[in-house]
Amino acid sequence: MPVQLKRLLILGVVLFSVFLLFKYLLTPASFGQYGHYRGLALEENAALTAKYTGSEACYDCHDSIVAVKNESLHSSIACESCHGPGFKHIEDPENEKMDQPDSREFCAHCHAFNKARPEKAITQQDIREHNPDEKCIECHNPHQPQQ
Amino acid sequence: MKNVKENQSRRKFIRNAGMTLGTLLVTSAIPSFNAVLFAANKPKGKGVWYGIAIDIEKCIGCGNCAKSCKIENDVPQEPFFFRNWVEQYTIKHDGSIVVESPNGGIDGFTQSVPDAEIEKSFFVPKMCNHCAKSPCVQVCPVGATFETPDGVVLVDEKYCIGCRYCVQACPYGCRYIHPTKNVVDKCTLCYHRLKKGLMPACMQNCPTQARISGDLNDPESEVSKFVKTKNVYVLKPHLNTGSKLYYNALNQEVR
Repeated sequence: MPVQLKRLLILGVVLFSVFLLFKYLLTPASFGQYGHYRGLALEENAALTAKYTGSEACYDCHDSIVAVKNESLHSSIACESCHGPGFKHIEDPENEKMDQPDSREFCAHCHAFNKARPEKAITQQDIREHNPDEKCIECHNPHQPQQ
Repeated sequence: MKNVKENQSRRKFIRNAGMTLGTLLVTSAIPSFNAVLFAANKPKGKGVWYGIAIDIEKCIGCGNCAKSCKIENDVPQEPFFFRNWVEQYTIKHDGSIVVESPNGGIDGFTQSVPDAEIEKSFFVPKMCNHCAKSPCVQVCPVGATFETPDGVVLVDEKYCIGCRYCVQACPYGCRYIHPTKNVVDKCTLCYHRLKKGLMPACMQNCPTQARISGDLNDPESEVSKFVKTKNVYVLKPHLNTGSKLYYNALNQEVR
């Protein structure tokens, strides 16, 4: 073997070893655990805080109002749908209050007339015509709406 | 001399025509696939395989899904960053289609087309399809986005280099670059909530249960029953993405 080729071969082996060393050092330990990605990423994603706690958490303290709502036309709506996320409130109920939306616009998100809304699925009103100066909740109890 | 040239070009023509016809004949023998069942039945008996079902007949366009998603997942509030959103489709009598999604539907919808001109109108909630053969996963050069063993497409924030390739690759427009983190962000099907036994935020806060998710491997799950009993469609079936987001009553005009 010519001496130039020998040197080139040695250089090649050295460079390849360096490449393998870097690859070893730079690849995270959990890479390839499940597939071509970092297995730990699954746990990191799963560890995030859930901000919406679910209506079961509300029932512990607000059982009477939850019971009323669950018998009403609004039974399918989760508490946090209107009142916002409850993760802070369940930790510190005195200082962290839930949203209490009372604007006409809030009700209109679901109940304003719109051709795109399926008629059977939701009661709709023309909010420009229907008692325009009053808040909806003055007549309608959102926890126990009448037909 | 001229004669030879003509002969060659005739030979070439016959050869090319033969190859084209042969290819057509062979490819026509490939069995067609069912885009709806393709993803749903993928890993048989291998634990949970998440799928999503959205019932357009139940969607009232309140925008609660988009709003609660932004809160739950710290999605920037600017009106162009969304993990999920709602579109209002309005088909006019003349056949033209108006698609609106003001702030993803978070502030509610108004109808911009006068009632007299409307042929048909409906809402289409959109989100990541959690495809079984995700184009976005296939293009990632560093393995920062992946399908989990239970069929959820996730992003590894620490590994993403922000190259934007996957944003381009997603045919459903479900990815965006997070403005402060400078990595890609997308719907995780609220993976952190699923693992805690909770529903995804958009589904928990949907007032009409128009959207549900669950295990496609379990024949008794709500999603499996939905796929079996309703006329379900997936978006862009011709792209063979293995979409696991099934729509009931999806209009063919929806893109």
